[in-house]
Amino acid sequence: MRRMVEILAPYGFGALALGGWQAAVWGLHVPPYVMPGPAAIVSAYFGAHGVLDSGLLATLAVTGAALLVAAMLGLVLALLMAASPLFRAAIQPWAVIIQVTPVVALAPFIIIWVNQPFACLVICAVIVAFFPILSNTAAGLAATPQELLDLFRLNGASRWQILFQLSLPYALPDFLTGLRISGTLALVGAVVAEFVAGSGGFASGLAWQIIEASYRLEIPRMFAALVLLGMTGVAIYAALGLLEHLLLAKRNRA
Amino acid sequence: MFALETLSKRYDTGVLALDGVNAEIAPGEFVALLGPSGCGKSTLLRLLAGLEAPSAGRVAWDGHTGAPAPGEIGFVFQDATLLPWASAAENVYLPLKLRHVARREAAPKIAAALAQVGLSEFAGTRPKGLSGGMRMRVSIARALVSEPILLLMDEPFAALDEFTRHKLQDDLLALWARTGKTIVFVTHSIYEAAYLANRILVMSPRPGRVAADLQARLPQGPHRRASGEYVALVERITACFREIMPT
Repeated sequence: MRRMVEILAPYGFGALALGGWQAAVWGLHVPPYVMPGPAAIVSAYFGAHGVLDSGLLATLAVTGAALLVAAMLGLVLALLMAASPLFRAAIQPWAVIIQVTPVVALAPFIIIWVNQPFACLVICAVIVAFFPILSNTAAGLAATPQELLDLFRLNGASRWQILFQLSLPYALPDFLTGLRISGTLALVGAVVAEFVAGSGGFASGLAWQIIEASYRLEIPRMFAALVLLGMTGVAIYAALGLLEHLLLAKRNRA
Repeated sequence: MFALETLSKRYDTGVLALDGVNAEIAPGEFVALLGPSGCGKSTLLRLLAGLEAPSAGRVAWDGHTGAPAPGEIGFVFQDATLLPWASAAENVYLPLKLRHVARREAAPKIAAALAQVGLSEFAGTRPKGLSGGMRMRVSIARALVSEPILLLMDEPFAALDEFTRHKLQDDLLALWARTGKTIVFVTHSIYEAAYLANRILVMSPRPGRVAADLQARLPQGPHRRASGEYVALVERITACFREIMPT
């Protein structure tokens, strides 16, 4: 019973908050161009769902492509760093520098250098998303127990056997944790890139929908796009969590 | 016959771990390497396994040197270090799999190794479903599955509770009596060395040398731990340590 209450608690809180919000907007007669209520936001979504849905698809395409590239880039760099201390020493500081530099500051340069809108957005999102995969996978690879490495060596294992039968399976939980963090960061990166690129003439994703709606003072539509973004972030996080659960289910079972 | 000939090991840090170790190990012997922490016992075991190269001296196998062939050495580590995603049988199969032995061909060997450690019923269980003692048994089965000529054990029971440790010590003695394997067993417990081995190499504090080479002849059976010979051996070892340990 207590478990059921705990499961239902966030939904109950959400319903209460939405109800309170709607009641406050109605009760205080707040105009929708200042603060629309949930009903106005839902109505705005259904009024413009064609545009918003295509914006969502565009943002999802950038996010998905960025996550895929970030996963491959992070994995390859982590493997090279694990294989060569010299490569690690050479790359690690630059990876940190790219990670800590705000993508908003980098995006204008990328827009100038990459004359292809989709690729430009993906590159920006990759810059935001790849670091957690790189750092988590590198940590996972470094944590392979020395005893097992010795055991593999004693039995004449090749480098590929060590990589595919030991190091990569050992690093899998860390890689998946990094992937989960990067999934939401890829969305953030895609939206930030769309904001910058959108103002530069690339109009497609949800971020552009927010900008355009703000130009028109269509505040409920801005909120509708924002809610879609939030729900997309939660869906990505949950989907990657499910993937993690499925891939690790075997080792978590007795 | 395994011969350690004036074996020394100095690490890159400058630490001299072993200094001129000489010993011969005959087939079928159960040798305990006994010494205080940091005396180079584990280093000596790694040199024997060919996992590290000596700075001076050599390890000779029946008169010839060179790293042992894959599968000639079985190694049991302090932690069981099983693959968490693999079942007990898959973990035992690992050394054979790495040498490209087909699963079907390996199946009887895996079953025999698991039977030797009394875990036949747990072949399909993953490490998470096994107790600490059972995991260590799987680790021993993994070391035995290649039918190695030398079994090296690096403080394998140190992390276990006393009841489990006693049980596994008895099981190891029974396994040694059954198979006649040559075993080199590292421990820092005087009682464990005295109980298990038929020969005890007492090592000095770093840099490690063989300070004493003691033969043990304890009675077999359930009264081994309470026998006068066991108590006398423990006293001999303790006296040895009094002489070699700095005051």
